[in-house]
Amino acid sequence: MRAVDPRLLRQAGAARGYLAVVVLLGLTVTVLVLAQAGLLARALASAAPGAGPVALRPVLISLLLVVLARAAAVYGGEVAALRTSAAVKSQLRRRLAAQVLRLGPAWLGGQRTGEITTLATRGLDGLDPYFARYLPQLALACLVPLAVVVRVALADWISALIIVVTLPLIPVFTVLVGRPARARARRQWLLLARLGGHFLDVVEGLTTLKVFGRARPQAEVIGRVTDEHRTATMSVLRVAFLSALVLELTAALATALVAVEVGLRLLGGRIGYETALVVLLLTPEAFLPLRALALHFHASMEGMAAAGRVCDLLEIPPPRAAAGSGVSAGVDLRRQDVTLDAVCLAYPGRDRPALDGVSLTIAPGERILVTGPSGAGKSSLLALLLRFTEPSGGRIEAGGVPLSSIATPAWRRQVAWIPQHPVLMPGTVAANIALGQAGAGRDAIASAAGLAGADGFIRALPDGYDTPLGERGLRLSAGQRQRIAIARAFLRDAPLLLLDEPVAHLDPVTAARILDAVERLMAGRTVIMVSHGLRWRGGADRTLALDGGRVVLAAGCLPDATGVPE
Amino acid sequence: MSRAGTTARDTGLPEGAHPLLRLLPLARPVRGRLLLAVLAAAAATGCGVALLGTSGFLLARASQHPSILAISGAVVAVRAFSVGRGVFRYAERVSSHDVAFRVLAGLRVRVYRRLERLAPAGLHAFRSGDLLARLVSDVDATQELFLRGLGPPLAAAVVAAGAVAAVWLLLSAPAGIMLAAGMVAGGVLVPWLAFARARRSARRTAGARGGFSASLTEVLAGAADLHAFGACDDALAGLSAADRELTTLARGAGSGEGLGAGLGTAVAGVTVWAVLLLGMAAVAAGPLSRVPLAAAVLTALAAFEAVAPLPTAAISLGQARAAAGRVAAVLDAPEPVTDPAEPLPLPAGPLRVVLRGARVRYDPAGPFALNGIDLELCAGRRVALIGPSGAGKSTVAGLLLRFCELSGGTATLGGADLARYRADDVRTVIGGCPQDPYIFDATIRENIQLARPEASEPELAGAAAAARLLPWIQALPQGWDTPVGAHGAAVSGGERQRIALARALLADPALLILDEPTAHLDPATARALTADLLAVTRGRATLLITHELDGLAEVDEIVVLDEGRVSQRGTHDQLLGSGGLYREMWLATRRAAG
Repeated sequence: MRAVDPRLLRQAGAARGYLAVVVLLGLTVTVLVLAQAGLLARALASAAPGAGPVALRPVLISLLLVVLARAAAVYGGEVAALRTSAAVKSQLRRRLAAQVLRLGPAWLGGQRTGEITTLATRGLDGLDPYFARYLPQLALACLVPLAVVVRVALADWISALIIVVTLPLIPVFTVLVGRPARARARRQWLLLARLGGHFLDVVEGLTTLKVFGRARPQAEVIGRVTDEHRTATMSVLRVAFLSALVLELTAALATALVAVEVGLRLLGGRIGYETALVVLLLTPEAFLPLRALALHFHASMEGMAAAGRVCDLLEIPPPRAAAGSGVSAGVDLRRQDVTLDAVCLAYPGRDRPALDGVSLTIAPGERILVTGPSGAGKSSLLALLLRFTEPSGGRIEAGGVPLSSIATPAWRRQVAWIPQHPVLMPGTVAANIALGQAGAGRDAIASAAGLAGADGFIRALPDGYDTPLGERGLRLSAGQRQRIAIARAFLRDAPLLLLDEPVAHLDPVTAARILDAVERLMAGRTVIMVSHGLRWRGGADRTLALDGGRVVLAAGCLPDATGVPE
Repeated sequence: MSRAGTTARDTGLPEGAHPLLRLLPLARPVRGRLLLAVLAAAAATGCGVALLGTSGFLLARASQHPSILAISGAVVAVRAFSVGRGVFRYAERVSSHDVAFRVLAGLRVRVYRRLERLAPAGLHAFRSGDLLARLVSDVDATQELFLRGLGPPLAAAVVAAGAVAAVWLLLSAPAGIMLAAGMVAGGVLVPWLAFARARRSARRTAGARGGFSASLTEVLAGAADLHAFGACDDALAGLSAADRELTTLARGAGSGEGLGAGLGTAVAGVTVWAVLLLGMAAVAAGPLSRVPLAAAVLTALAAFEAVAPLPTAAISLGQARAAAGRVAAVLDAPEPVTDPAEPLPLPAGPLRVVLRGARVRYDPAGPFALNGIDLELCAGRRVALIGPSGAGKSTVAGLLLRFCELSGGTATLGGADLARYRADDVRTVIGGCPQDPYIFDATIRENIQLARPEASEPELAGAAAAARLLPWIQALPQGWDTPVGAHGAAVSGGERQRIALARALLADPALLILDEPTAHLDPATARALTADLLAVTRGRATLLITHELDGLAEVDEIVVLDEGRVSQRGTHDQLLGSGGLYREMWLATRRAAG
C-alpha cells in the first residue's frame, strides 16, 4: 500500500518545518493524556469518606494544569496542521499554473481547461485531510501506541499483552480493505473531473442547446452522470467504512476485553483499583491513533488522487522552445533574414503533417501575404515563427543562426502578433495594452492606443485607461478588442509583425477602419499577413499560397491581390 | 474520538441559516434515510458513552469484591456497547453519505435547470470560470449540511441529555448541572465561537476560489497571447496574488478550527475535573460510594466525545452556508423571459412573424439595443439584416428566439403576441444558427444530430451536404465519428461554422434565422456558401444576418440597421441606387476585398 506519495512529499518542501511542529505537539498531547489518566485514576481510587478534595489537593491541581496544557497543545497542533496544508496547496497551485502555462498554447489546445481549473481549486482543497491530518497522524500512529503500551505494561503487563496482540490487527485490516478502496477513489476522481468538464461544456453551449430545444433533456444527462458519480462514490465509501467498522470493532472489543479481564482480576483481588482504572482509561488511547489514521487515510484519498494528477502534469517536460534553451545569440530582424528550409510540422495523432517541406526566406522590411484554404497550414506557420512549437523536420534560421539556439524570450521580443481573436487579460485597459511590458509609461500607452485608433473609445469608458476588463474582454466589442491588440503591437514596436486574419470576423465598415490602423502599424516593419482571401489593400511584396501544408504558389505581387493601390 | 463524522449545532444564526434551510426540502424524498442516519448517530454516540460509564461501574464494583453475579450484567453490557458502537457508526456513515449524495444529485440538476432558464440573456453576470466553480464546488459544499449538519447535533443533544441525567442521578444535582453547563459550552458556545472566528474568512474562501479559478481560466484561454508578448511572468504574478488571498484565508480558517479544538478540549477537561471535585466532596462527606463516582466521572468524560467534533463541523457548515448562498444567487437570478400561465397553441397555417416599433434594452436604465423597428417575416420570404457591429442585428435574433423581452412595441406570431406562446414552443418554429454557435466536445455526428436526434442517416447527410461539409467528413479517417475537441478546437474555424450550419439545416424550423453564418470562412468559401444558402433557403422564410453583401440581390428585402433603428430598407438595387449606409458598406467591402 502506498500510504505516502514520494512525489507529493518532494513538492511539500514548504511544509516540512510545520510538519515537525505538528508531530511534536502531537507527542506532547500524548504525554499529557498519559499524565491525565494517571491523575484521574489516582483521584477516583483515593476518594473515600474523609478523603475529600482538600486531602487530594496536589493531585487535583496537577490534573487541572495537565488539562489546560493539553488544550493549549491541541490548539497549537491544529493551527500548525492547517498551515502546513495551506502552504502545500499554495505551492502546488502556483507550480501547476506555472507549468500549464509553460507547456504553452500548443499543449493547452488539446486539454480541457475546465478540468485543470477544477484540479487547481477543488481538487487541491482535497489535500487538507492529507497534510493537516493524515501525514502527522502517520508519525503519531507509530509513536503513541508504543508510549501507551509501555505505560500500561508498567502498570499491568497482562493488559499490555492484550493490547500488543490486538493492535497489529488494525494495519492488517487496513491493508486488506484499503487497497481496493484506493483504486476506486482514483476512478472516482476521473469521473468527477469528467463531470466538471461536462458541466462547463453544457453550460457554455446552453444557448445553442436552447435553440434546438435540447437544453432540457440535458438535465437528465447531468442527472445520470451525477448518479453514476454517486453510485461510484458510495461503492468506495461502503468498503472504506467497512474497514473503519472492522477497526472500530477491534478497538472497542479490545477495550471491552481489557475492562472485563481487569474487572475479574480486580474481583479476585489480584490487581489494585487504581491500576485497573489507569489500564481502562489508557487502552482506547493505544488504538485511537491507528483508527484516526485509517479515517484520515480514507478522507485524504480524493485529495491524493488529485495531487497525483497534479504531479503527473508537473512531470511533463516543457517544450524545448519554452525552456528558453540555447545561448542567447544576438538577433536583429531589422537587418537579418529569417529562413525556413524544408520545414515540416507534424502534430501527434494527426495522420497528415500540418506543414510539409515549406521553404521561405523573409527579408527585412518585406511584406508577405500567406493565403490558402482552411487547414492549409497558415496558422501553423505563424505558430512556428512565434515558437509556440518546434519544427519536426527542416530548419529555421535567423541571420544564419538556428532559431533553436536563440533564447525564446529574446526572439519573441522581435515579434509582434495580432491574432484573429485576441484574448484580453484580467486587468485594466492600460495593463492589457502594456501586456509583457509592465514598465511602459501611461504616455507611451496612450500614444500606442492613439495610433491604433483606440484612444477615443478608451477615454469614453467609465474609468478610461483604468477600466477593468472581464473574462475574454466581454465589455468590449470585437472591433475594440482588435484595436487593443493593435495598440499592444504598436507599444511593442517589434520589427517582425505577424497578422493572423485580424479583420476576418468584423463587419466590412469596422474592418475597413481597423485596416487603416493595421496599415499604420505595418509601416517600416517586416510583415507576415495570414489571410484566407485578399483583404489587403496596402499591397504585398509577394504571396505565399499554401494548401495541405505545402507551398503551391510563391509569387511576386499578384495583380488581384494588391487591391486598390494607394 | 477524532473525526467520527459528527457535527454542528447551532451554527445557524438567524440570518445565516437561510440558504441552508432552503436545502432542507430537497431531502423530502429521502426523509426515511435521513431519519435512519440521525437514529444511528444517536445510538452510536450513546453506545460510546455507555461503554466507558459501564466499564467504570464494572471496575469500581469489582474493587469492592462482591460475588461475580454482581458484575455479570455489566460484563455483558460492556461487550454489547462495544459492538453496538461500531455497527451503529457504520450505519450512520453509510446512510448520511447516501442522503447527502442523493440530495446533491437533485441540487445539481436543479441548478442546471435554472441556468437553462437564464441562458443566454440572464447569464451575463456570471463569468464562465466562476460558473464552473459555482456548479462543482459550491453545490458539492452544500452536502456538509446532510453529512454533518443534521444527524450529529441531534445525536449530541440526545446523548448529552442522557449523560446529564445519569450524572445527576448517580452523583448529585450540582454535578448534573455542572455537566449540563459544560455540554452547552462545549456543544454550543465553543462551536459558535469557532464559527464566528472563521466565518468571515469562510465567506470569502468561496469567493476567492471563484476568483482564482476565473483568473486561471482567463490565463489559460490567453496562453498564446501571453507567450507571444512575453507576459507569462506577469500573468503568473497575478495568479500568485489570487493564490495569496486564498492561502491567507485558509490560514485564517485554520486558526478558527484550532481555537475550536483547543477550547473544546479545555471545556471538556475542566468540566470533568469539576464533576470529579463535586463527586469527591460527596464521597468524602459520606453518603456516596465510589461506584457511582467512577461511573459518573467516566460517563462525563465520554459524553464530550459527542460534542468534540462540533466546532470543526460548525466551520464547515459555515462554508457550506456561503456556498449555498452563491448557489441561491444562481437560483434566484431573475428570468429574462417568462412563459405565459396559459400558453397559446402554436398557430396553424403559414408562418407570419411581425415586429412593430419593437424596442429592446437589456438594462432598464440602459440604452435601447433596438429602438423601434418594424419587420415582417412570412412563409417563402427572405429578409437580410445588415449593419455595422452593435447595430442591434443579433438582438433581433434574440428577440425572435425568445431570449429577451420587448421593452416597447409589439412582436406577433400568427397574429398573437409572441409572449403568449411558450418560449420552447416558439423555438420549434423559429430556429437556426445563433451567433458564435457552440461546438460541443463530442463527435461531428453528435454535434449535428443534436438538432434532431431522431434524424435518419440520409437526412443527416443531406444537411451536411447543404452546408458543404459532406466531402470533408467522408474524407476524415474516423468520418462522422471524429471528435471535434473542446470548443471544436480540433477542427478549423470554417469547419466549426459549417457544422453549426448543418445543424440548423437539420433542425429545419419554419423560420430559419442565420446569424452571420459565414463569419469565419474565407471569402471564396463564404461566397460559395452564401450561394448555397440562398439556394437552400429559396422559398422558405429566412432571416439572414450577415456582413457578406454578395448575393443579396436575390433576397426579397434588405433591412439596414444602425444604432438600433432601421436606417434603410429595400432591394439591393434600390438601396445601391439611393446612397446611404448600404452603399457605404458595399463600397467598404469592395475596398477591403480588393
